[in-house]
This record gives sequence, structure tokens and C-alpha cells, in this order.
Amino acid sequence: MDQTQPATGQAKNGHGPLLEVKDLQVEFRTKAGVAQAINGLNFTLNAGETLAILGESGSGKSVTAQTIMGILDMPPGHIAGGEIRYRGEDLLTMPAEKRRKLRGASISMIFQDALSSLNPVLPVGWQIAEMFRVHRGMKRKEARQKSIEMMRRVGIPAAEERVGDFPHQFSGGMRQRIMIAMAIALDPDVLIADEPTTALDVTVQAQVMRLLKELQVEYNMGLILITHDLGVVADVADKIAVMYAGRVMETADVYEIYRQPAHPYTRGLLQSIPRVDGQEDRLKAIPGLPPMLTDMPPGCPFNPRCEFATDRCRTERPELRQVASGHTSACHYAEKIHTLEEAQNEPV
Amino acid sequence: MSLYDHSPAGRPADPFADAEVVLDVDGLVKHFPLTQGIIFQRKIGAVKAVDGVSFQLRKGETLGIVGESGCGKSTLAKLLMRLEEPDEGSIRFGGEDFLAVKGEELRKLRRKIQVIFQDPYTSLNPRMSVGDIIGEPFRLHPDAKPAQGIRPRVKELLDLVGLNPDHINRYPHQFSGGQRQRIGIARGLALNPEVIICDEPVSALDVSVQAQVMNLLEDLQSELGLSYIFIAHDLSVVRHISDRVGVMYLGKLAEIGTEQEIYQAPAHPYTQALLSAVPVPDPTLRGQREQIVLKGDPPNPANPPSGCRFRTRCWMATDLCETQVPELITRPGITQQAACHYAKANEDVTA
Repeated sequence: MDQTQPATGQAKNGHGPLLEVKDLQVEFRTKAGVAQAINGLNFTLNAGETLAILGESGSGKSVTAQTIMGILDMPPGHIAGGEIRYRGEDLLTMPAEKRRKLRGASISMIFQDALSSLNPVLPVGWQIAEMFRVHRGMKRKEARQKSIEMMRRVGIPAAEERVGDFPHQFSGGMRQRIMIAMAIALDPDVLIADEPTTALDVTVQAQVMRLLKELQVEYNMGLILITHDLGVVADVADKIAVMYAGRVMETADVYEIYRQPAHPYTRGLLQSIPRVDGQEDRLKAIPGLPPMLTDMPPGCPFNPRCEFATDRCRTERPELRQVASGHTSACHYAEKIHTLEEAQNEPV
Repeated sequence: MSLYDHSPAGRPADPFADAEVVLDVDGLVKHFPLTQGIIFQRKIGAVKAVDGVSFQLRKGETLGIVGESGCGKSTLAKLLMRLEEPDEGSIRFGGEDFLAVKGEELRKLRRKIQVIFQDPYTSLNPRMSVGDIIGEPFRLHPDAKPAQGIRPRVKELLDLVGLNPDHINRYPHQFSGGQRQRIGIARGLALNPEVIICDEPVSALDVSVQAQVMNLLEDLQSELGLSYIFIAHDLSVVRHISDRVGVMYLGKLAEIGTEQEIYQAPAHPYTQALLSAVPVPDPTLRGQREQIVLKGDPPNPANPPSGCRFRTRCWMATDLCETQVPELITRPGITQQAACHYAKANEDVTA
């Protein structure tokens, strides 16, 4: 039997993967037609592991986060199939009351824009303390003490004095720290960070990423990092899932994917970004645009932009399959792409 | 300029050293007053958005301006366009005093400096067709009307920026972000400008589209001989496109030099910290790069620290930094200009 208690901090040694997503399908039913926002998503996340979900706007990465959290707007959103198993239990078939207890306590989330995610008319200390009052039934005074402790933990200077301040009185980096304090307040097992540093300046981004990494090690959390930034991913992730038009194009270990991508999309992305530590003459841009989700091309969704596309790609949709150990790719020619980089990487 | 004549061996000489100076900015200052009271508005201070910025832009060159939010880079763009009037300083455009011209003369000169904005979703009027948007500059400047007529010229411009000329009657919402940015670029090119100020032109775009727009900007530059001022917060993007780079902090330039000088041997501690904080898309470098993580946030520009503005976050700050404002000059041992008393080239920041 799987444990039914919501995790209380000590119960961290479950069986199997911490979080397992199986063939998840999410669609949006709009006037313009049905948009397949997520089409067959699979991944597993273990404690202490960082999974980066990489994708551009419209790739379905934020919908993934919302679906796991259970905060997807329904309608227009609709979960058409699949399972999300947390410690073996399917979140999608679980009674709402039980899921509500897990949300925030065992699985929590950090949003991109801290200013619009925090309540502007309540002091930040109150908002952090709310976690303890609602989930743990603490008294106000005790909860306030806990929130000061959390603020200190995330590196907010003079926490006792600032506990009564409002969100607008903090800078962007500090607000993101408050979001993090709320997210880790109840010692969650899974932390989903949706573009946590996109709105921040580079120097502040470095501070926040460092803090997240520290906290992950300290609490042994499974971290799902949703981002479009290939630099951030290279810095912190253990494994990556690359999404495009609602589908996973490639999954691999972080070292493997940067060294030897096995999907033309991943390869194109890596070649199209300028680097701060080198000078390239010309960027190799991926031509064209991502497809509309309501009007997907037949075959491989990337085929209109792919330099390797053949007739087979235009008619037959490639399934995600294994290319090397721990490396999957949804491309008919994955093996060929996978070996392209080998020649130039090996002799080093 | 003499600064670039004796560059040390091993560092490529500045290819634009002999090029004509198109834009000469000297000691530009813009303070926004902070007022209190409703009827009698007393001035209680000023946000020092731009506080003494000088640089030269030469023909065919791209000058990148990097800095964090609030450092004054967008205000600088507005000053260069004369959308804001500077409090002090001079802007000379092609030898002419750009700040002294008025009326008809200003309108004529403004054609030569155009701007491309950050957000292609808000900078295009949703009720105007693409043809009207790109043709509008000709309506505002009737004497610049093309001989072949406005519509053929608009089609030509659409073709130039890689859009289908047949889409001239479409509206902005029918285009994607990257295509909209191309429309903004076409509008900027309409009056054959000499200088284009790009204010975060690719920040709002997806990674795969970003490269397309940057390549387009580079192609147009070599085709039309344009000079760019490229303002962005993304250091990798600025490195890619710029010939010279200026680093701004709290309204002042901290350091300015060629792309190689700034990125391979940054001399100002702020530049060093900024560069070390940029994540590099290569997991094998993880843990091997020395990261300088700055403490705290940039100070309030209404009340900047005395002396060097960076001293409150600087790990090298001394008493001298508190009392004396470091000037932006070439210092011993380096070839670029740095506003730091202890400027010293540091070559292993990004490596």
C-alpha cells in the first residue's frame, strides 16, 4: 500500500519514483478548435533530482506545471488522459480534498512573476504564515515566528522588521525570495519552479539560482525547473526534457544533451544562441515559426522547420524512442543526428 | 582616436578606428524630479537616470549598451532620439549640434536616427495595416516620399526584412512576435536612417526566433552601412552583435571598450561580476567557472552612494571609493576606459 498521509517532512523514503507522469494529454477547447497543449508527456522525477523542462512559448511547459500542481483553468483546459503519480498515487483520480492537502505541502510551486503572484494588500509575513495556519493549524503568533524563520532562511535581511512589509516594498529579487519562502515553508518533496529567474537581472538571477540549489540539497527536494534559458539549464539541471508544440522531443542527461543532441530541434536551439564566452561569426537560426496548436502539421510537428526533414517526416509522426542509454528522441533520424556531433567532439 | 592607436599585441586593432564619427555624445545628464504636494509641487529630489554619459558612435559600427534594469539605458535611448530633453551635455550628429535644432530642421534631422522598440506587441498600432504602419513615416515626412510611391516602397521594405510583400494589407495580430519585430525594423528603415537605436529588440522573442532577427540586423547593417546603438540586458546577445560595448551602472558608464576588451579582459569589478553571473550553456563548465555573486540589489537611483556608485556592492571598495568619484578614463595596464580606481584587467572571468 502506498502511504496515504500527506508528507510531514520525515516521510521522504517512498518506493519508486517521487513523481511520475505517464502519457499526459491536456487540451484546450477554444472557439478556434481544440488545441493540444500537451500530447503524451512522460517523465519521472526522483528526490534530490533536478529535471529541466525546456521549451519556447507555446511549447506546453507552463501547462505541464499547472497540470501537476492542479491549478489548470478548466475550462478551457481539459485533461484528456494520462496519469500523474506522486509516490505511486494518481493525483488526477484522487479526491479533491486529498489533493488539496498535498498542494503546497508536498508539491509546491514558484511562479515567474512574484509581484503578480503575491497579494499586494497583505503583508508578506502574513502570506508566508498562511501556509502554516492553513496546513498545520498553527496559531497566529507561532505562524508569524515560523515565517520570520523562513524569511531568514531565504536570505532576507532584517527579517523581523520586514515581516510586516508589503510586497511592493521589496525589490524583484527579494520578492522572488519571499515566493521561495512560501513554496518551501511546508518542506515539500516536489518543487516546481516556472521560469523563476526570467524577470530578474543577471546578478540577482545568480543569487536566486544559488539559493534554490542550496535549498534543494538541504531539503532533498525533486525540482522541476521550467525555463527557456539554455544557460540556466546547463548550470543546475540533472536531466532535461525538451518540449516543442506540446510534445517531448528529447530527454537526456544534461551532459549528454549539450554534447550530443539527438533531435534536430535541440541541435538547432543549441546552435542558435550566442554565447558570452565565445565569438561566433553568424548565428545559425532555425527558420520559420513554431506551429499553431490548433493547426498542427501532419507527421513530425517540427518538420516544416527541420533541415533534415524527408517525406517520411511529413506523413508519419515519430514516437519518442531510445537512442542511447537514458537518452530518448522523437525523431525518425535520431541516430543520425546523435552521431553528427560525435566527429567533432570525440578527438578533444 | 588615440586610445586605439597603441593597442597591445595580440589584441586585434579596432576596425572602426578611422571611421567617421556619426554620433558624438558628451556629458549627457537627465534627472527626473521627484515632487511632493499637490498644488505646490516642491522638488524633493531627483532620479538621476542618466548622469554624465559620453561616447562616440562611428559609421558602420555597433555600440552595445548593457546594464541591469534601472541603470538608465532606456532613458539614454530616449535622449538620443530627443524624445526626452537632456538637462546637460551635448549630442552632435554628423558634426551638427542635435540639441540646438528646432522645428522643421529637427524633423529633417530626426529621419537620420530611428528606433526599434522592445515589445513588438505594443509598439505597433493594432488598428493599422502593415502597409499603413510602415508607410506612416512617409506621411509624416512628405518631402521624403519615395519617387515610386509609398506602397511600392513599403513592399520593397517588407521584402528587405524578409516578410512577404503580399501581406501588406494584413494587421499586426496576424503576425507572430518575430514577424512583428521585422515590421518594426521595416518602419525604422523607411526613411533611410544612418543610426538605428535598438532598445532591447530581441528580448521579447523566443530563442529560435531571436537568432533570425539578429542575423537580419547584421545583414541590414552591412547592406545599408547603418550604425547601431544596441541596448540590451542580455550580455551574450550584446557580445554577439557589438563591435564596442559600454557597461552602464546607475546612470553612468562603468566601462567602455571593444567587444574583446570588455568580454575577455574586463577591468571594472561590476563588469567582472556581471560576466561571471551569466550562465554558459555548457554543463561541463559547471563548478569550474568562478562566480562572483554580488550582494544585494542596485541602490536607488534617486539617492546613489557617494563616490563610486558601485562601491556598496563592490568587494574591493576602499575609503577612496567612498569619497572620490572615479572617472571614466584609460588606466594603466588596460586599453579600454574604466571608471574604477582599481581597474585591473581580469582575463578569466568568463573562461
